[in-house]
Amino acid sequence: MSAAAFTGPSVVDIDAAKVRGAGSNVHFDKVSVAYGTHVVLHPLTLDIAPGEILAMIGPSGSGKTTALRAVAGFVRPASGRIRIGATDVTDLPPYERGLGMVVQNYALFPHMRVEDNVAFGLRAQGADKALIGERVKDALATVGMATFARRYPRELSGGQQQRVAIARALAVRPRVLLLDEPLSALDAQIRRNMVEEIARLHRSLPGLTILYVTHDQTEALTLADKIAIMRDGRVCSHGPTAELYRRPPNRFTAEFLGRANLLPVTVAEAAGSKGFATATHGDAVLTGAGRGEKAGDKSLLCIRPQHLSLTADNEHTNRIVGTLREVHWQGELTHLVLDVDGTPVRVSATKLPVALPEPGTKVPLFFAPADTSLLPEDAGV
Amino acid sequence: MSEALAIGAPTARKREPGRLWIVPPAALLALLFFYPLALIVRQAFLDDSGVANVAEIVRVLHSRFFLNALVNTVTISVAATAGCLIVGLVLALILAFVPFPGSGFIARLIDTFIALPTFLVTLAFTFLYGSAGMLNSGLMEAFSLPLPPVDFLYSTWGVVLAEVTVYTPFILRPLLAAFSLVDRGQIEAASVLGARPFRIVRQVILPAAVPALIAGGSLCLLLTVNEFGIVLFIGAKGVITLPLLIYGKAIQESAYQVACIIAVVNIALSLGLFGLYRFAAGRLGV
Ligand SMILES: Nc1ncnc2c1ncn2[C@@H]1O[C@H](COP(=O)(O)OP(=O)(O)OP(=O)(O)O)[C@@H](O)[C@H]1O
Ligand SMILES: [Mg+2]
Repeated sequence: MSAAAFTGPSVVDIDAAKVRGAGSNVHFDKVSVAYGTHVVLHPLTLDIAPGEILAMIGPSGSGKTTALRAVAGFVRPASGRIRIGATDVTDLPPYERGLGMVVQNYALFPHMRVEDNVAFGLRAQGADKALIGERVKDALATVGMATFARRYPRELSGGQQQRVAIARALAVRPRVLLLDEPLSALDAQIRRNMVEEIARLHRSLPGLTILYVTHDQTEALTLADKIAIMRDGRVCSHGPTAELYRRPPNRFTAEFLGRANLLPVTVAEAAGSKGFATATHGDAVLTGAGRGEKAGDKSLLCIRPQHLSLTADNEHTNRIVGTLREVHWQGELTHLVLDVDGTPVRVSATKLPVALPEPGTKVPLFFAPADTSLLPEDAGV
Repeated sequence: MSEALAIGAPTARKREPGRLWIVPPAALLALLFFYPLALIVRQAFLDDSGVANVAEIVRVLHSRFFLNALVNTVTISVAATAGCLIVGLVLALILAFVPFPGSGFIARLIDTFIALPTFLVTLAFTFLYGSAGMLNSGLMEAFSLPLPPVDFLYSTWGVVLAEVTVYTPFILRPLLAAFSLVDRGQIEAASVLGARPFRIVRQVILPAAVPALIAGGSLCLLLTVNEFGIVLFIGAKGVITLPLLIYGKAIQESAYQVACIIAVVNIALSLGLFGLYRFAAGRLGV
């Protein structure tokens, strides 16, 4: 997670947006999709603000691609409307929607040089020659592929092909960029670089609205202003990235977005003016951010592994005790697995005491109230 | 098989028995193909009493009937191939990219056309468009015409139409194979970028189908150059092609040298086209 994830929604620079062509919002209005009788998208209402990056994440088959393809125009909603800016595009063919799309396998035109691939959209839209030349150069420079203009796709690496695919989508100055797992065909190292480049790209094109479908939570956390988590064809949570990570509204979100320890607790005192509630887990009395629980409610206390510490200090006032089960040293990080009254609890630590306790010993764990949140116990959405 | 080997090479060294297997196919090929071919070429240089006569070659190659037949052959073959390419392309595009129920069944049905004898289609054409066919009798009845109004069947164009009908499947098959390999993602990418269907066909789909078009087209050329049954069956007046001319000279006029000279030209034409087909098919990988 880079710092970018916590800076909140990027501010749309009005002037830059004007120069670049301001982005449009995308609005799903009760959009549902069914294949035959099989409903794969339950009525979905969602708005992506102009210039926003919305990451749609969720397990395989949860309907992410379907939602994206409905925006592109390849999937016809069974009901509901889709609007892009002021236009209702539900009945428009894909070629009249003014979008850019990049998919997992790049889908470059193999018999065209890089520059012709990038020029394709402009030619299709009847742009004049000078403008095409200029835009192609621009788009290729944006993705750092200017020197590869004369190559054929087969002469490029996967990462380079994906850059060209992005340049091809950007050259038409789309109102909205649709990305469907654009990096999942690349290996981990290149993927990290590309995530950073897409973030940089969006900073230089702040008006561009992006719908980013992925199953990789790191990509989502790094890039997105907002995240929508899909499950079984429904959005099970939607909100600003940092908030969704820090205060997951339900168990599925907590576990899907990053790792989470979920400790069963009983609410002792509802949240006060500062938003903190107290809850008990066995003998331990713990404090965490509440969300409207009442005293006596069964609840789950969500603590991220990196927020648990083996040492106490002024902030880390919550304390639980667990039995150390496993220690995994991974270079930068050490992962500990403890057993807290039958609940496995993970700790990720960068700094550890010099003398690590032996597995089997009881270890106290400390954490800050501000790093935790209560969420409803029910397993469902 | 081991018995054949024992009979064929009782004294051969045991080390490389594999080599001897070339003998039966080579012998068969020589007997059934190269020997008759050589006979034809030889006959082309000898007059019918067995005396060498090269002047006759020059005379035949300059003769009106030969040039006429050559022009007819090339015209019909090129026109029919062009027709096959256009019809095949349109059909293949519909079958491959326009989803409709039963498209797979239709594709297989068209495929079975390949299995039918060529003159069958011609026969059907006579029933449909012939002077006493359904179309003409229908029109004559409807408009009380004294003569059959539709007369194209007994002309070069009748032959072309019949050949297009018969040979389009030969284009359709490789085209469908090529289209099935086109990445749907490319078509969608083009569409999102603002390309309408016609542009997508021209710039995304067709380039992927070029080898298939060349292979199918040269196969069509080859088959139509040598087509005999359809031309004979339609029996259009004055539409004489090389195969028909060879038949006429050899069987009807017993002019063997003339027949053989024309046959050599026909063979050369065929082999050239076949080379083109192999080249294209090789690039296509079929
Ligand atoms: N053309 C189709 N016909 C029938 N069912 C389909 C079709 N396309 C998708 N589905 C079904 O729709 C559901 C959602 O598919 P979708 O591709 O949107 O999932 P996804 O969230 O993108 O998954 P992944 O992460 O694996 O890409 C799946 O159950 C899938 O089987
Ligand atoms: Mg998908």
